[in-house]
Amino acid sequence: MSENVCSLKAQLEEKEKEIAALRNKLTQLEKGPGSSQELHRSVLPLSPLDARAALGNEDIMRYSRQLLLPELGVQGQLKLSQTSVLIVGCGGLGCPLAQYLAAAGIGRLGLLDYDEVELSNLHRQVLHGEENQGQSKALSAAVAVKRLNSTVECVPYHLQLSTQNALQLVQQYDIVADCSDNVPTRYLVNDACVLSAKPLVSASALKMEGQLTVYNYCGGPCYRCLYPVPPPPETVTNCSDGGVLGVVPGIMGCFQALEVLKIASGQGSSCSQQLIMFDAQDARFRSIRLRPKQADCAVCGDNPSVTQLVDYESFCGSAATDKCRKLNLLIPDQRITVQDYKSVIDNAEPHLLLDVRPLVEVDICRLPFSLNIPLSSLEQGKSEHLRLLQERIRRLKQQMAGDGQPPVYVICKLGNDSQKAVQVLEKMSGSDVDGITVKDICGGLMAWAKRIDPTFPQY
Amino acid sequence: MAAPLAIHLEFGGGAELLFSGVKEHHVTLPSQSEPWDVKQLLVWIQRNLLKERPELFVQGDSVRPGILVLINDADWELMGQLDYKLQDQDNVVFISTLHGG
Ligand SMILES: [Zn+2]
Repeated sequence: MSENVCSLKAQLEEKEKEIAALRNKLTQLEKGPGSSQELHRSVLPLSPLDARAALGNEDIMRYSRQLLLPELGVQGQLKLSQTSVLIVGCGGLGCPLAQYLAAAGIGRLGLLDYDEVELSNLHRQVLHGEENQGQSKALSAAVAVKRLNSTVECVPYHLQLSTQNALQLVQQYDIVADCSDNVPTRYLVNDACVLSAKPLVSASALKMEGQLTVYNYCGGPCYRCLYPVPPPPETVTNCSDGGVLGVVPGIMGCFQALEVLKIASGQGSSCSQQLIMFDAQDARFRSIRLRPKQADCAVCGDNPSVTQLVDYESFCGSAATDKCRKLNLLIPDQRITVQDYKSVIDNAEPHLLLDVRPLVEVDICRLPFSLNIPLSSLEQGKSEHLRLLQERIRRLKQQMAGDGQPPVYVICKLGNDSQKAVQVLEKMSGSDVDGITVKDICGGLMAWAKRIDPTFPQY
Repeated sequence: MAAPLAIHLEFGGGAELLFSGVKEHHVTLPSQSEPWDVKQLLVWIQRNLLKERPELFVQGDSVRPGILVLINDADWELMGQLDYKLQDQDNVVFISTLHGG
């Protein structure tokens, strides 16, 4: 009896999903052409891709140059048109990946990104244009992809991949590409792929380097087999802190496209249990043999402890975004606002402004009266820099003629390094670094640009 | 008594920043009674090359999570990890995992 009820319930659920998918398709059709670009803010069931037995004349013409390759051929091309790929992150990796998959005739692309297009994205996120600033990246990418190949079905998702939606989403696709920019999302995507048995083509890039591996494919290892423990958050550098040359994720995203196409067309990937490392400075690729799937892996091992998605932000101790995190190392007495600092200048109060950013950033912009000593030099106690600092403090003391402790205000880009520098300076002993008041300027030069001087460059 | 070993060390993925930004180091490990293993190499690196903030490179007697060690172009997991006995002219790479996209 109860078995019957269960089975009927399951059947009903299945039918309801089908109805939802059909409704969805009907609304799309009724709205006319172009409406397939509608932005998804939640995960909806998708109808299966239409099965095709042969290529039409237009397909033959469009794909002729790749159809000539025995590695692909007509069968491979048909398989591409039957394959759906979920791209997690429409940034520096996701853009070229989506572009080449669409050009090659992939069946369906899920384009996921929670973010909007900004001017500082355009040097590497090459599907977005100047006119797309402020628009959802997922939508902007979908429109660009559609312009390239209107036969590719695009599903733009303007949402953050989460513990709640990841499984439902990943299950609807054949292959997943991790083009994300943060550690918690990389673990989340991995676990969702393992639990849904989907191959994961994963790449990353920073500064002048890139890495690529295909996980959970043909019995190979998963991301957790390689990295069972997440890195300490303070060791992780993101693109907005560390910088990246646009073409580097470009090359890695193209490499991801290559591996996705090989998997989708049935040729198979050569990057399972392999790490491809790219050094753009030396123009060198290296292929490293990795460990096999680990029997004690927490998610793909013999006795997995992770059998459903968990809380990845607390697992990694960091947020699922590449936006800069704000440190809070100092007590309020050790900090001043940019408005307070403005009045220090306006009142011509004697002080020293210490800019602790690296030289490459000081070259971009600086406040003209600042002394630049990078945080790293302070941490290493570089003697020529310390002498310079001592000299400036000695002069300040003379100028103030014993009238209170000389104030030193420390500034950086966003107000994280300046807090570390205040701590370093307070620990320092030595006649002339003693007897000063050190404070950090909250929010750094970017807060200065936003609240005090709008002509100051932001980067 | 084992002879001194000439080893090629490389740091990448940002790990080189802990070594004054220098990616490649040709080093000679002095002769000692026992053969050199990777565990001892990590101690040697800390004493001789790593100038500051060791917590960004090592944790306990191994490397910190997020650094992959490669010995002669293979994952060190395949080579015996900390117990691998170093040979003359070995190439050991310490690569920090990238997360940006
Ligand atoms: Zn695993």
